[in-house]
Amino acid sequence: MKNVQKQKRANKSLPFFFRDEFKVSLVIILISIALLITTFTFDIVPPILNRGIQPATFPKALLVLIIVMTLLIYYLATKKPWKVEKKLPQSFYLTLVGFLIFVVISKTLDFFLAISALSIFVSYCWGEKRIFYLLLVGIIFPVIVFIFFETILGLRFPPGIITNIYYS
Amino acid sequence: MDNLFLMMAPLFSSKLLLVLFFGTLFGLILGVLPGLGPTTGGALILPFTMTLDPLSAIVLLTSIYCAGTYGGAITAVLINTPGTPAAAATCLDGYPLAQKGEAGRALGMATVSSTVGGIFSVVILVFFAPILAQLAYEFGQPEYFALAIFGLTMLASIGEGSPIKNLIAGAFGILISTVGKDFMTSIDRFTFGINELTEGIGFIPVVVGLFAMSEMLTQSTLINQIFNRIALKAIKLPSKEDYKKTWKTILRSSGIGSFIGVLPAEGGTVASLIGYSEAKRFSKNPEEFGKGSIEGIAGAEAANNAATGGAMVPTLALGIPGSATTAVILTGLIIHGVRPGPDLFREQPDFLYGIFGAMLIANILFFIFGFFGAKIFARITLVPNKILWPMIFAVSVCGTYSLNQSIIDVWIMLFFGVLGFFMRRYGFSVVPVIIGLILGELVEGTLRQSLVIFDGNWLMFFTRPIALTFFILSLIALAFPLIRSRKFKKKL
Repeated sequence: MKNVQKQKRANKSLPFFFRDEFKVSLVIILISIALLITTFTFDIVPPILNRGIQPATFPKALLVLIIVMTLLIYYLATKKPWKVEKKLPQSFYLTLVGFLIFVVISKTLDFFLAISALSIFVSYCWGEKRIFYLLLVGIIFPVIVFIFFETILGLRFPPGIITNIYYS
Repeated sequence: MDNLFLMMAPLFSSKLLLVLFFGTLFGLILGVLPGLGPTTGGALILPFTMTLDPLSAIVLLTSIYCAGTYGGAITAVLINTPGTPAAAATCLDGYPLAQKGEAGRALGMATVSSTVGGIFSVVILVFFAPILAQLAYEFGQPEYFALAIFGLTMLASIGEGSPIKNLIAGAFGILISTVGKDFMTSIDRFTFGINELTEGIGFIPVVVGLFAMSEMLTQSTLINQIFNRIALKAIKLPSKEDYKKTWKTILRSSGIGSFIGVLPAEGGTVASLIGYSEAKRFSKNPEEFGKGSIEGIAGAEAANNAATGGAMVPTLALGIPGSATTAVILTGLIIHGVRPGPDLFREQPDFLYGIFGAMLIANILFFIFGFFGAKIFARITLVPNKILWPMIFAVSVCGTYSLNQSIIDVWIMLFFGVLGFFMRRYGFSVVPVIIGLILGELVEGTLRQSLVIFDGNWLMFFTRPIALTFFILSLIALAFPLIRSRKFKKKL
């Protein structure tokens, strides 16, 4: 009985503020308005240096265009709703966490370590449990890439606990 | 005759031949791997091209473009997943034919029609690019502005998905190009006090983010997906019967692909869909389509490879990219100090005809590699995603960092990866963002210079015949999806 009730509830159409088209349109419009407000803080050039239009005019026009078109897609979506997307699996959120780990480690500890950590973390979360393959993606391959970029392009990677050892 | 000799120059240079060899090989591998493709691959290889001279660099990028477009067919036929978006239509008949035990025949037809389509488009490129470049001498700032607007509206109109969403994505791409110091007045825009942003947002972090990183996130949602791989014994060249059945389709699709390629849109993807549907329309056996029709494979593959040469026409003649991959090639040209446009044809014909010749050779090379090595390339798809994508991440991060040696670029790449994922999830194509970003400076610059010329009078745009023509074409392009959907409804 409970299952039937749940099913019925799932089949009911969602209120407009829960729908993807509303959420997406709202996010685009809010960001565009925030950026539009920012354009009013841009410096104004004196008429003698002004090349056709003020530097803020072009981005302003683009943002207004984006807002108008977003309202239009929302209006069209009220007539023909977007298809409901499947819920994102856990592995997606874990990969996002991996990106965050990369940003934190590359900023605080080491660039190479950040690549290694993300590679092992993502590979593990996606189902790889064999140690050799985790080492391959997390250490062996990044080392090859590092050396390749360093020797071919003469690239100098940002300082960090491991990179400093390598350069010293 | 001189031009023909210039075209053959790559054949006499061991260095260029080596570059072509590796470019084609790399392009094939990229094409075979679902989620990667010539656009991402070209963006990742761009930093390496700095170690090469301009001609070798562009030859490398164009050979990746040609081979990558064909490579998608191998995966489409064997695992029913297009290696590149341009190979989506190939799945429709390639996989059913492979299921019937004729994978070799399907790939043989894909290889032959891709090669014919590619070579046909190079011929178009050789003839039409100089003519278009000659016409471009008549263009002033207002005409270039109108042309860029036409390009963006075409992209919205015939690109994949909703035209309005494509327009939003294109406008967003142009908006990204305004970040940093205003190139005319040096006023900071959208820098938010971050010093690294005063130089603007680079093309490579955005491309790698929108294509490679967003694809990594997409793959993270598909880790439990199982592909049914079909074993390939050997590629078979099409039989006389197959040639008889398909030669008209191959020629027609080559023409369609070259034409669609010239228009600034999603090049190969749209071309292959139109090539496929036209093949079905003209076929004596339309009921076979979708069940393993050899004509369907020929129609789609000839068209998507023909779009490669077509897309290079506006890229080289006008500096307006015909597809996302040609936007990468255009960036490569600019990085190497080559300014595409009519002057390039007058001042550096050896450079240009070298590229044309290299594209011709790349089409022959991928035929040879595909014919003899498809079985090996097909095995690349066996590399599990859980190993492949962390590796791609390492290359993407180092590649993005390498261009400006900036960690901010890497973070920008990750940001655009997440953004690209959600854009694609909600039906916004990422290609218009790329084209908008690359055309942004041209659009704004030409608009402002035109207004200086016109003394601020906007109506003067409509007194210039060429600009007016482009504006009218833009309106038609915008109205086209409406007309198309009404026609479609009437048919139903």
